[in-house]
Amino acid sequence: MANVTLRSVRKTYPGGFEAIKGVDVDVGDGQFCVLVGPSGCGKSTLLRMVAGLETITGGEIDIGGRVVNQIEPADRDIAMVFQNYALYPHMSVYNNMAYGLRNRGMAEAEVKTRVEEAARVLELSPMLERKPRQLSGGQRQRVAMGRAIVRQPKVFLFDEPLSNLDAKLRIAMRVEIRKLQRRLNTTSIYVTHDQLEAMTLADILVVMNGGQVEQIGNPLEIYQKPATTFVASFIGAPPMNLMPLRSDELTSQIAGADGAGIVGIRPEDFVITGETASGGVALGLTVEAIEHVGAETFVYGSRQREERAIAANPGELPPGEVIVRIPGATGPAIGEQIRAVAPRDKLHLFTADGRKRVGP
Amino acid sequence: MQKQAIFQSKLLPYALVAPQLAIVLIFFYWPAAQAVIQSFLLQDAFGLSTTFVWFENYLELFKDPAYFAAIVRTFAFSFAIAVSSLSFALLLAVMADKPLRGSTLYRTLLIWPYAVAPPVVGVLWVFMLHPSLGVLSRYLRAMGVDWNPLLDGDQAAALIILAAAWKQISYNFLFFLAGLQSIPKSVIEAAAIDGARPMRRFWTVIFPLLSPTIFFLLVINIVYAFFDTFGIIDTMTRGGPGKATETLVYKVYTDGLLGGNLGSSAAQSVILMVIVVVLTGIQFRFVERKVTY
Repeated sequence: MANVTLRSVRKTYPGGFEAIKGVDVDVGDGQFCVLVGPSGCGKSTLLRMVAGLETITGGEIDIGGRVVNQIEPADRDIAMVFQNYALYPHMSVYNNMAYGLRNRGMAEAEVKTRVEEAARVLELSPMLERKPRQLSGGQRQRVAMGRAIVRQPKVFLFDEPLSNLDAKLRIAMRVEIRKLQRRLNTTSIYVTHDQLEAMTLADILVVMNGGQVEQIGNPLEIYQKPATTFVASFIGAPPMNLMPLRSDELTSQIAGADGAGIVGIRPEDFVITGETASGGVALGLTVEAIEHVGAETFVYGSRQREERAIAANPGELPPGEVIVRIPGATGPAIGEQIRAVAPRDKLHLFTADGRKRVGP
Repeated sequence: MQKQAIFQSKLLPYALVAPQLAIVLIFFYWPAAQAVIQSFLLQDAFGLSTTFVWFENYLELFKDPAYFAAIVRTFAFSFAIAVSSLSFALLLAVMADKPLRGSTLYRTLLIWPYAVAPPVVGVLWVFMLHPSLGVLSRYLRAMGVDWNPLLDGDQAAALIILAAAWKQISYNFLFFLAGLQSIPKSVIEAAAIDGARPMRRFWTVIFPLLSPTIFFLLVINIVYAFFDTFGIIDTMTRGGPGKATETLVYKVYTDGLLGGNLGSSAAQSVILMVIVVVLTGIQFRFVERKVTY
């Protein structure tokens, strides 16, 4: 039971490269915090700093009311699940889980109780005597989880624990992790680059980019009110449509767009209709491609006007291309001219540099 | 996928492997066969008459307490050389594995001794530890050690072990460093988070994961100590004082070339050949199959 507080945490490497540029995050007791961002954004480094595997060059990290900057990983009362599981290959599953307990001088009887309990929870009981190489990827992942939970630490740290699993198993394990965390009610910090994983797991979502926090909040809040164009295009798949507001017909359509330079519209907020939106946006599109996913259909259209490019962020659409998400399997045909309309209250307005949200 | 090359002529492939086969036959099988034949013969001191004596040379050897002593001595030497060079190399490798400045430089420097030829190693150590000339001898005597490897058999043995182990450290170091670097960093980090202090981490995680490397090097070092220390012994002590540093290989040389007892010397060579075959067998059986943990 502990909260984890990061106060203007910085990491500068000896070469002068600044990996973390001042991060403030407060994770409450028992909360599940997810750090999400593209590769190289510093999320793993930040997690390793919490674990004590990387030094902290500025600011403070506080676990359960104790500043841990100078404390060894072993004494921070944390457990970590690594991306490659990092199981001890020469030890049986039982010994892998017992290792951390024995190192702390726990009596063998207590070790046995704890390991067997964890094995039961994770359905590993029949394979306690096996070596890691005799296990499947999913089983290894569960052993890594087991090694973390037997210790009953204050904080769980997860470093992309599901990225080595296949898609189906990943979804199953995602749910498992969430259920387990709810039951144990242990504060957790989880790093991922998968925005879907981030959305589904998080109590608090921290979106990072370039060593900085772009936005902190609960996942739905972030989805509904992204603070920057980076968050807007990173969270949500397919990404939000971002279009520059220049002296074209868009600006004149939108009511109260003062100070805004970019408009963002989620693909699902468009309706294909002939009606004119009052205060909203209507785009004339030529259908270029169609993706059927079964329950919904993605329509890729190009705007009929020539557009100028806006700053390219990861996951952003190429300029002039618009994605429209419509329910069901029926939609327009390729080459057809359509009108995509979005109401005013579904528009996200940002400043021209994309760093700030304008309006509600 | 066929990886076979197709030759037009049936003779060409044989012609191509012939030089290699010729070398192996002339320089390996021919002398080996000669040794086996010789080991069944008894020659007089002038080589004038030769008698076929069946296994008499072997029987004589096994009855000879000097030969038995040489066997014990060789095993003791091998064990001491292997253990000391392995443990010292492991210590160096563990230290060199740490991310320190200039690590490439001292890693390179640590490999250099391997390029020094065994007799040169011998000469080097002889000079440093010579009772009257040696730089190190002076310090030893200053510390109250009655240092004279030319007269004291145990000290001579220690000297040989020191020189032979020193030479092998570089080789072992290379393999240990590679072995250490192949251990995933996250496993060691996991052990650190699991509350294992550096020493415990080493003995419970790193050492067991290195066991395949250790076993491989143990066999290699024993073979080295058995056969490749000839140059060192010859330049340093010539098997003496007395027979204090005479190993099996050196005994083959002294008995055969210096003592003129070719039959016994040949029999000893054959026994050594058997030892090589056994060691190679062990290596193939366990090392090639990869030691599993």
